[in-house]
Amino acid sequence: MHVTLLTRLAKWYMQFDDDEKQKLIEEVHAVVTVRDAKHTNFVEFRNFKIIYRRYAGLYFCICVDVTDNNLAYLEGIHNFVEVLNEYFHNVCELDLVFNFYKVYTVVDEMFLAGEIRETSQTKVLKQLLMLQSLE
Amino acid sequence: MPAPIRLRELIRTIRTARTQAEEREMIQKECAAIRSSFREEDNTYRCRNVAKLLYMHMLGYPAHFGQLECLKLIASQKFTDKRIGYLGAMLLLDERQDVHLLMTNCIKNDLNHSTQYVQGLALCTLGCMGSSEMCRDLAGEVEKLLKTSNSYLRKKAALCAVHVIRKVPELMEMFLPATKNLLSEKNHGVLHTSVVLLTEMCERSPDMLTHFRKNEKLVPQLVRILKNLIMSGYSPEHDVSGISDPFLQVRILRLLRILGKSDDDSSEAMNDILAQVATNTETSKNVGNAILYETVLTIMDIKSESGLRVLAINILGRFLLNNDKNIRYVALTSLLKTVQTDHNAVQRHRSTIVDCLKDLDVSIKRRAMELSFALVNGNNIRGMMKELLYFLDSCDPEFKADCASGVFLAAEKYAPSKRWHIDTIMRVLTTAGSYVRDDSVPNLIQLITNSVEMHAYTVQRLYKALLDDISQQPLVQVASWCIGEYGDLLVSGQCEEEEPIQVTEDEVLDVLEGLLVSNLSTPVTRGYSLTAIMKLSTRFSSVNRIKKVVSIYGSSIDVELQQRAVEYNALFKKYDHMRPALLERMPIMEKTATNGPTEIVQTNGETESSDSKHMPSIAQPANQANDLLDLLGGHDVGPVIQTALPTKPASAGGELLDLLGDLSLSGGPAPSPTPSVTISQPPFLLDGLSSQPLFNDTAAGIPPMTAYNKNGLKIEFTFERSNPNPNISVITIHASNTTEADMTDFVFQAAVPKTFQLQLLSPSSNVVPALNQGNITQVIRVLNPQKQQLRMRIKLTYTYKGAPVQDLAEVNNFPPQSWQ
Repeated sequence: MHVTLLTRLAKWYMQFDDDEKQKLIEEVHAVVTVRDAKHTNFVEFRNFKIIYRRYAGLYFCICVDVTDNNLAYLEGIHNFVEVLNEYFHNVCELDLVFNFYKVYTVVDEMFLAGEIRETSQTKVLKQLLMLQSLE
Repeated sequence: MPAPIRLRELIRTIRTARTQAEEREMIQKECAAIRSSFREEDNTYRCRNVAKLLYMHMLGYPAHFGQLECLKLIASQKFTDKRIGYLGAMLLLDERQDVHLLMTNCIKNDLNHSTQYVQGLALCTLGCMGSSEMCRDLAGEVEKLLKTSNSYLRKKAALCAVHVIRKVPELMEMFLPATKNLLSEKNHGVLHTSVVLLTEMCERSPDMLTHFRKNEKLVPQLVRILKNLIMSGYSPEHDVSGISDPFLQVRILRLLRILGKSDDDSSEAMNDILAQVATNTETSKNVGNAILYETVLTIMDIKSESGLRVLAINILGRFLLNNDKNIRYVALTSLLKTVQTDHNAVQRHRSTIVDCLKDLDVSIKRRAMELSFALVNGNNIRGMMKELLYFLDSCDPEFKADCASGVFLAAEKYAPSKRWHIDTIMRVLTTAGSYVRDDSVPNLIQLITNSVEMHAYTVQRLYKALLDDISQQPLVQVASWCIGEYGDLLVSGQCEEEEPIQVTEDEVLDVLEGLLVSNLSTPVTRGYSLTAIMKLSTRFSSVNRIKKVVSIYGSSIDVELQQRAVEYNALFKKYDHMRPALLERMPIMEKTATNGPTEIVQTNGETESSDSKHMPSIAQPANQANDLLDLLGGHDVGPVIQTALPTKPASAGGELLDLLGDLSLSGGPAPSPTPSVTISQPPFLLDGLSSQPLFNDTAAGIPPMTAYNKNGLKIEFTFERSNPNPNISVITIHASNTTEADMTDFVFQAAVPKTFQLQLLSPSSNVVPALNQGNITQVIRVLNPQKQQLRMRIKLTYTYKGAPVQDLAEVNNFPPQSWQ
């Protein structure tokens, strides 16, 4: 999510209507962007938690249950960003914009049904390269 | 038709749009082109078009006309087509549209495809947005794939199974045989996902849980895997900052937690490995801390030995000293959970917690505040209170109300001396006065009346505070009440604790009159000060001045004030002989532990006397009393439950009139705007019954009746008449339960029409056991001075099989003997 509320990518693992989705995005944005560096990376939101991290101009947010381990998902975010970095060779925001369907593939490789699926960066990268060769 | 533009082109063009309107125009043009292209059934460019459509959808524009196209893409043989098609399906389709059912067949075929990537795509889509019908149809396929040797597919199949179980819990058994071999995999990815699957199964069904514990010997297996993870050397694939596969470790720990909860054997088996993980993990990076955090949570939840628990709390203590605020936050949250059980261990870290009060982050401060209140006890009360008061001074307004209430609670429980207590209260009132909750004013007043020897000191300090500053309403209200009560002590200069100040009667009256005219005072405060002035008429000698003030306010615009003034005027004129008796010192109000009818102050049922075992019954009558108003309807006090009632403080002053019975003071309109009259059980009910045995021997002849019988819950009323006052009926309700599950958290509330008065005593328990094994009894007293037909509306709330149930019913079939 960009600082000025441009959603670059959104992946939903629960059913919502379109306008519900839009409202949720706006709420999350409102909550997350007002927090600066001296706040923790976890926010309570409705009956979930949001775990987020800011990389340059983008916020990566994950919404989880209150019982999940915050720190582990923080690591998950970082893992994901590192994979993106490797795949696009020093990724920048424009890469994510122009290749959004590829980014979705990366998401699907690493997360499924709302849980972390694959944690080994090398494995994920290998899969992605194979998928790319099929195109 | 020219070939549609490529995706890149489109994105570039849209990004060059400088305004929203331009962008919208471009998109609409492109949408039209795409629509006509779809109509032409053009296979070659469909993929590109749908990709563009998806991009536009991501920007927020409607794109649902592309749904069918996605399906066509999925059905095609080319991989790129399928990929975009599935992506489109995940983005555009959801359960609520029927179109997604058409996908089921395609997915089924793809699940059996020869290429693993296609199978993977299908699994992915199913796992993300499969509806329950789809899941039911395709569960068999997923289960087959769970058993393949292809680890890529196994991972996806496992998580897909998780989704299926979430949607259709009945299918869980289907996956059971496949899980047997899952844990013997070497592949970390498969291990990880299988652990997730097992976790989900165990969380959903306790039967599964016992099955896994006993038959599968899951715990030893998991322990072994964890051990290998820690012991084994460097594994580049899964390594994160030097720790091998932390995600897997965390997941295993979580599963262990679920397995070990309330189970001694499993917990024992885990003890060693937990200790090992706790001591060996590096804490310098976030990763290590994540694992430690999960370990701590696990230790806390299972039945671990005390040494282990102390270790866990020490780890949390170390977290608190960490520089990273995330970790501190996480530690504070967990400590809050454990402070109930391991109180002493947490005490050791008290000073660090108190330091966290000064942190910059709001969430950390809040957690630290809650934790500090939980840690306060008789020994550290002085020190802690100092810190907390300092915090109160400097914290944000959103905290002040909570902090103030917390301080009051703590002070009341552990105050080392009355003087200290009053000082603390004064401090809170002067610093955070306007944030103090309105309902604490009556509580404070009651506290002050109780500390008899401190009256002079209290009133003196309050007077001085009032001279300084009259803007903080709760402070002003308490102060004016006290001055009204103890004004004579103030003037006579009798204070022992402090240097007595010299105050004349006129000065005191000046101050009180100042309150009446000041712009800062709310109507409630003015009511307090007028009553205080009136009370002083018996204590002071300058009655004429008071008479003048009171008569001026007889024509005030504020109705409340006017009514009081007129009534007081009447007191002077017609009832002067009664005045001294009426305006006497208030008796010491007791904070009754049981459902005491004397307690007017108690009506909001704050958890002040939380140590008393009658706490549920205190909250209950208050709640019931408040709800009664709701049931009766047509009153002008808004939602009342446990929050500040704006008119409540008014009643504290007007209590004088209420407490002393139904003297009909002439000239005054009907009783005050506060319907609290109905809550504050007037004394005539009291008089009849305060020392009465509850069940009288009369009224043998009144037949019992069934008031309510629905959903297996039956409520019967039995009647008695109380002897001295024939207007009072005593009804005992018996609640019984014929279903096979208990009804817990059972609350019975009743409301009667305005001509009656009702009093509910505390119930015998709040669980109605199943199958008529027992019942709950509760006593109701109804006063019926006008001998009208008794009608009642009842409200029942309880929890049945985990779901809350609420019901309202009218009871009209009371036997005539009960109210005649």
